[in-house]
Amino acid sequence: MAVRIGVYICHCGTNIAGKVDIDEVVEFARGLENVSLVKDYKFMCSDPGQALLQKDVEDGLIDRVVVASCSPLMHENTFRKATERGGLNPYLFTMANIREQCSWVHLDGAETTDKAKDLIAAAVRRAFLLEPLTKREVPINPRTLVIGGGIAGIQAALDLAEAGKQVVLVEREPSIGGHMAKFDKTFPTLDCSACILTPRMVSVGQHPNIELMTYSEIEEVGGYVGNFNVTVRKKARYVDEQLCNGCGACWEKCPGTRVPRKGNVHEKLSLGPTTSIYMPFMQAVPAIPVIDAQTCLYLKDDQHKCGLCAKECERDAINYDMEDESVEFEVGNIIIASGFQTFDPSVIKRYGYDRLDNVITALQFEIMNCASGSTGGKIQKADGSEPEAIGIVHCVGSRDENYHEYCSRVCCMYSLKYSHLIKEKTNAEVYQFYIDMRCFGKGYEEFYDRLLTEDVRFVRGKVAEVTDVAMNEAEEGKLIVRVEDTLLGSVRRIPLDMVILSTGLEAHHSLKDVANKCNVSVGSDGFIIEKHPKLGPVATATDGVFLAGACQSPKDIPDTVAQASAASSAVLSMITREKIEIEAATAEVNEDKCSGCKLCNTLCPYLAVKFDEEKGVSVVNEALCKGCGTCVAGCPSGAISAKHFEDRQIFAEIEGIFSGLEYKTVSKPKG
Amino acid sequence: MRFRSWKKLWKKAVTPMKLKTGIYWGAGCGGCDVAVLDVHEKILLVAEKMELLFWPIAMDFKYEDVEKMEDGEFDIVMYNGAIRNSENEEIAKLLRKKSKTMVALGACAHLGGLIAMANFHTRESLLNRVYLETESTDNPDSVIPAEKWKKGEEELELPAFHSTVKTLDQVVDVDYYIPGCPPVPDQIVSALVQVWEGKLPGKGSVIGAGERTLCDECPREKEEKSITEFKRPVDAIPEPEKCLLEQGFLCLGPVTREGCGARCIKTNVPCRGCYGPLEEVNDQGLRMLSALASVLEPKEEKAIDELISQLPDPLRTFYRFSAAASILRRKKV
Repeated sequence: MAVRIGVYICHCGTNIAGKVDIDEVVEFARGLENVSLVKDYKFMCSDPGQALLQKDVEDGLIDRVVVASCSPLMHENTFRKATERGGLNPYLFTMANIREQCSWVHLDGAETTDKAKDLIAAAVRRAFLLEPLTKREVPINPRTLVIGGGIAGIQAALDLAEAGKQVVLVEREPSIGGHMAKFDKTFPTLDCSACILTPRMVSVGQHPNIELMTYSEIEEVGGYVGNFNVTVRKKARYVDEQLCNGCGACWEKCPGTRVPRKGNVHEKLSLGPTTSIYMPFMQAVPAIPVIDAQTCLYLKDDQHKCGLCAKECERDAINYDMEDESVEFEVGNIIIASGFQTFDPSVIKRYGYDRLDNVITALQFEIMNCASGSTGGKIQKADGSEPEAIGIVHCVGSRDENYHEYCSRVCCMYSLKYSHLIKEKTNAEVYQFYIDMRCFGKGYEEFYDRLLTEDVRFVRGKVAEVTDVAMNEAEEGKLIVRVEDTLLGSVRRIPLDMVILSTGLEAHHSLKDVANKCNVSVGSDGFIIEKHPKLGPVATATDGVFLAGACQSPKDIPDTVAQASAASSAVLSMITREKIEIEAATAEVNEDKCSGCKLCNTLCPYLAVKFDEEKGVSVVNEALCKGCGTCVAGCPSGAISAKHFEDRQIFAEIEGIFSGLEYKTVSKPKG
Repeated sequence: MRFRSWKKLWKKAVTPMKLKTGIYWGAGCGGCDVAVLDVHEKILLVAEKMELLFWPIAMDFKYEDVEKMEDGEFDIVMYNGAIRNSENEEIAKLLRKKSKTMVALGACAHLGGLIAMANFHTRESLLNRVYLETESTDNPDSVIPAEKWKKGEEELELPAFHSTVKTLDQVVDVDYYIPGCPPVPDQIVSALVQVWEGKLPGKGSVIGAGERTLCDECPREKEEKSITEFKRPVDAIPEPEKCLLEQGFLCLGPVTREGCGARCIKTNVPCRGCYGPLEEVNDQGLRMLSALASVLEPKEEKAIDELISQLPDPLRTFYRFSAAASILRRKKV
């Protein structure tokens, strides 16, 4: 039976019609082989536009649909659905992009019209060869994996658990809480971080729907949306989680030490006990200690000298023979909330971190300022005395093309918070060395205004160096910050007792590994790439894998919590569907042609290609396949074909593009 | 002429069902003709079933003999060699007219063959190289062959030398292809058996070869591939049991049709691709490049560049036999 193709040309207001001569293109399309009707409309994506093609399909006038409009990313789905509503297989529709690839990128009108013709001729030839495909459905496992137990992971896990869904929360550290658990106060409200976080941590620990796996890492993720198989490695804690009641008798007697015993105040900073068996901090969830095998006197060598904690423990919870354990389970969706790490400023030699006493990072200051930390919340110099002048250096590692080009979004605000806390606790003079103050969140600008009245010195300029080389008597024994004060227009040397480097946020060193395992990619900044920067900020290119918090980009707590809730509701929306449609345009192996060379076996980014030893051929798992075509391009024998993107369809398109050489004035290529 | 009429009589007297056969040699090395003879004692079988009416390399026939034949009189013509000059093309057209079935025999007729590597040059640069520039050239008058030559009363005419080498099917309609450089004799016989048993597949098919790639008949152990270096057979002796490609030897087996019996591979030499691609693949070299690019071990641009720079003469390696049949056919001039 003859194929009847309907071509619909969209004006897109003036977006297309402003550059492309629609009448001429309509006339041209009418002359193409197998085209039985051509229509144009102001906005094809509008209801009447869609109804136009739907009706023609319903009336049986056409059996293939070509819409020449915008990009498939924009409206392929729209027109596929309209085609389907008309009663035709949606895969018998194809698109010609005459907006992004044509009217938007060319200046000359005649040239643009010619190109629109070429693109339509290509789409028509492709349409002729299209074949109906059947969409498939797979069930969704209602259980969700949350990777990371910081505030993002906690929020996402609680949202899901409260909705009655099962969650597995996997955390790398011995306790959940993440970075937020290390803070004493949060900006801009200065409310106590522990007071708002601890109840949530406890809920996670106690929630019947949450299975908490701390001190554990993701080993492997297999499967696909709705049906992921996850392997987690539980690192040896040397303390039995079932037996321990967190009484603390063990660390009180432990002679080992995790922090340098002879170090100064800043070197000995710690939130929890400094012993080898320790709790990361007192509010830890689960409230179960862990042994640091590197410094434990029993574990660090074969002589097994100590063993004190085992003697002290009334419940026999200490087990020195414990080994890493592998746990496998299945989930339907994954939320990555693995957080960030702070920039290591020792690479910026001129700031003196790791070289000069009293140059500390923001995170060190947080711990020092924390009431439950090793200084009891006192702000002290390395020798234990109270500082008289403190400088806070902004944008360390951020907004700097040598390190990270991006703004870390939180440093201005926490630096303001530090100023306030220092003023509150000491009589020290505080200097802020900033490039720009970025106070964009709710209540942030107000907080900045408040600090301006608190006698803090704001110096606008990027710090050139921090040195201990004095040039006069007043600078003796001090740290000197050399900075160009751009408002004053001069270079200043400011003597200080302590310098806090406002280190930026960067992608955790293990993030790339986690991303690889979950089949999502990281960008040049190291953070995971979201599905769409505006319209898909919590989803990823891999169905069933979602993002929350600073693994996507630097974020403050409110934004992190908002994204975590967004991710959990996206997951809930998936779970509620119970089934999910998966792409029909997948790759397929022709077993008669496959010679079993195994060349394609390592190519699949979704791990859908496997080798069937029995048959001696490679096979594609259609449930895993996304139809990306990598294996198709790799297959040397043409045994793998991509449904909906078969070679013959692509070549037909190319021929369509070149068919224009006949009507254009362009000289034909030689022989 | 007398010979031919004798043959006619003989044919009528003994086996009236003999197939009228022609074998022609275009731009080729003669290897395909030798391969036909290499069928050894099976030549008797061939002689029993086929009547050779035209085979210039082996017997004395003239073009006029063919011209005098009825259209479609040949039951089968096997044309080997590429289309290199006007004579090749003219005879190809003549034979097509006079035959029922036209078979492209060997890599040159099938894909252009080694000869088609000339398509990476121009006609002028080739003639200059051969007649003026090679280290061994002794041509004091700088004479280059011309199509017409006249001296006094003497006049000579040579076929025109084309700039682009073509495959047989680029000048005439071809019914079947027997691939290989040269085709394996046994496969020639098996193709001929198909012909006289009337068990030919659809027009345009490759006969006398398999339906999968060489990897299928290759006896070597094959694993998942990740290439860290490229080696030439002169650089190292390949391990005999392991996939050559995995060892870094550029083996075209994955993009080449099976049927040769993996002869090169069994003697530890990587496949050079003479049997051509499978039906679904329309550019053997491009497909190899694409496949190879998929399995390079390095992932960083610089390391990839370094590895790729080790590839020995990629153009002539990937398109050793198939340049004329490739999508681009020739280098742009």
